[in-house]
Amino acid sequence: MIAAELAERVRTHLPDVVVARGEVTAVVERDDLLGALGWLRSDEALAFDFLSSVTATDWPEREPRYWVAYELSSMAHDHRLRLKVGLPADDAHLPSVVPLFPTADWHERETYDLYGIVFDGHPNLRRILLPDGWEGHPLRKTEEIGGVNTRYKGAFIPPVDRRTAP
Amino acid sequence: MSFDFRPDIDPRDPLSTEEPRQETMIINMGPQHPSTHGVLRLLLELDGETVIRCEPIVGYLHTGIEKNTEYRTWQQGVTFVTRADYLAPFFNELAYTLAVERLLGIEAPLRAQVLRVLFCELNRIASHLVWLATSGMELGAVSVMLFGFREREDLLDIFEMATGLRMNHAYVRIGGVVLDLPPGATDAIDDFLDMLPGRIREYESLLSKNPIWVERNAGVGILSAEDAIALGVTGPTLRAAGVAKDVRRDEPYSGYETYEFDVITRESADCYGRFEIRMDEMRESMRIVEQCLDRLREPGPVMIEDPKVAWPSRLEVGPDGIGNSPAYVKHIMEESMEALIHHFKMVTEGVRVPAGEVYQPVESPRGELGMYVVSDGEHRPYRVRIRDPSFVNLQAVPTMVQGALVADAIAVIASLDPIMGGVDR
Repeated sequence: MIAAELAERVRTHLPDVVVARGEVTAVVERDDLLGALGWLRSDEALAFDFLSSVTATDWPEREPRYWVAYELSSMAHDHRLRLKVGLPADDAHLPSVVPLFPTADWHERETYDLYGIVFDGHPNLRRILLPDGWEGHPLRKTEEIGGVNTRYKGAFIPPVDRRTAP
Repeated sequence: MSFDFRPDIDPRDPLSTEEPRQETMIINMGPQHPSTHGVLRLLLELDGETVIRCEPIVGYLHTGIEKNTEYRTWQQGVTFVTRADYLAPFFNELAYTLAVERLLGIEAPLRAQVLRVLFCELNRIASHLVWLATSGMELGAVSVMLFGFREREDLLDIFEMATGLRMNHAYVRIGGVVLDLPPGATDAIDDFLDMLPGRIREYESLLSKNPIWVERNAGVGILSAEDAIALGVTGPTLRAAGVAKDVRRDEPYSGYETYEFDVITRESADCYGRFEIRMDEMRESMRIVEQCLDRLREPGPVMIEDPKVAWPSRLEVGPDGIGNSPAYVKHIMEESMEALIHHFKMVTEGVRVPAGEVYQPVESPRGELGMYVVSDGEHRPYRVRIRDPSFVNLQAVPTMVQGALVADAIAVIASLDPIMGGVDR
């Protein structure tokens, strides 16, 4: 299905649909997320049965601050759709989609690890890339690059621009 | 830790003919185990030799590639993403570059697209050869290990000849590729294509009917098509379950729709099927490479003309890798002030990419490699997310391993071909 037709079909259930660069993006509220995914998967003309990726972006100056993006595709029809959910800065949680798409397990853990977004109902929401005792969520725009505590004999390596000669 | 893995046997029942279940043992396999393809750690709960629970633990190779790209220009991003899945550098570069080109609304010249396809397919062969070599080693076929790395070395020589580097080439750039093929490269590729088919037959004569190889792979690590799709598994593992899914054919990029090749599938859904698929995929890649060489007879530009996007410097392969060509350095340093200003601006600030977001999938040797790239209109990426197939495929290990023997866990991980650089990024 080409993007315009796909968008038309998705619009019958999800009103907020944008087509840009040949990609269809639908925006839903977090309370409607599971319902929307369930419909997209069960609708025969759409049949979005494959979840490629779950990730997020952080916009500290905007409201909503976080956007979680789900990249869906269809095994039968070879078309794609992006589903996005906006989350406020002080209440960054949304339902986990693991019951619908088991592959979301590690994607959601990674998003939690790097952005601190909480996926309610996730079976095992722990850090995945960083050590369990890590403080902070490094892909947030408010986290600087560098300045990582090495936790080795109390050593601390300051950020590059704040290093001084020993 | 209790776990009901054989609920039919009551360990306290004195009349049970089966042996009562003993206490289980939890062991760590890795992160430094030689058969874990780098630094993968598996937490295994064992009952004797049987795995009753398995949890892959990743993150030991996390290098913050995604965060780093946010602090560099768009062009520098290529040099970061190429280091994610280090056995498939051209694919990382291509996915990133295609995503940025779509945001910019440009397309690389035809010859550059053919070169991209050519190097991706050679890279696919190299990656499958490393897979063959390491899997052979893990399952006890050490001669295959030596053979696989031997042939891959010839490919790395070709890559070095064309890009100046054996790995992490940063060859695919926004708007095209960095260099045209050097003299002698086509002959080297021709020689390689003449040599490889015989070598693949040699591997198959060593392995296909080898009783140990068949015993360790056939019927092991079964992952049905339904489970694979639910777990997001792509690439040879999915195709071994009979699903003909290949991004090159289903959502063509870089002109793949104009090449003739077959999507290889098997119905067995086991480790042996994945072995057969990779052997056949090397042959398909050779077919594509031959078509690329035909098309490369026509000369043409390899970088987009637009000076606002194209990398200004003219590069050459020297004895120590790619560098600015002496003629270009003379041009900007001695002849043209405007060229120097333009060079300085492009190199320090780079291009500005219109705000927006794209998700660009490509078919890497391990499955769907996707780049989710977001721009806020500045000269640096706002967000780059690498959907690495190894990361997603590893989630399927518990499904394939639980209930099997410890030795099968090795075969299963080998058959998935996870590259930890891509998993942890």
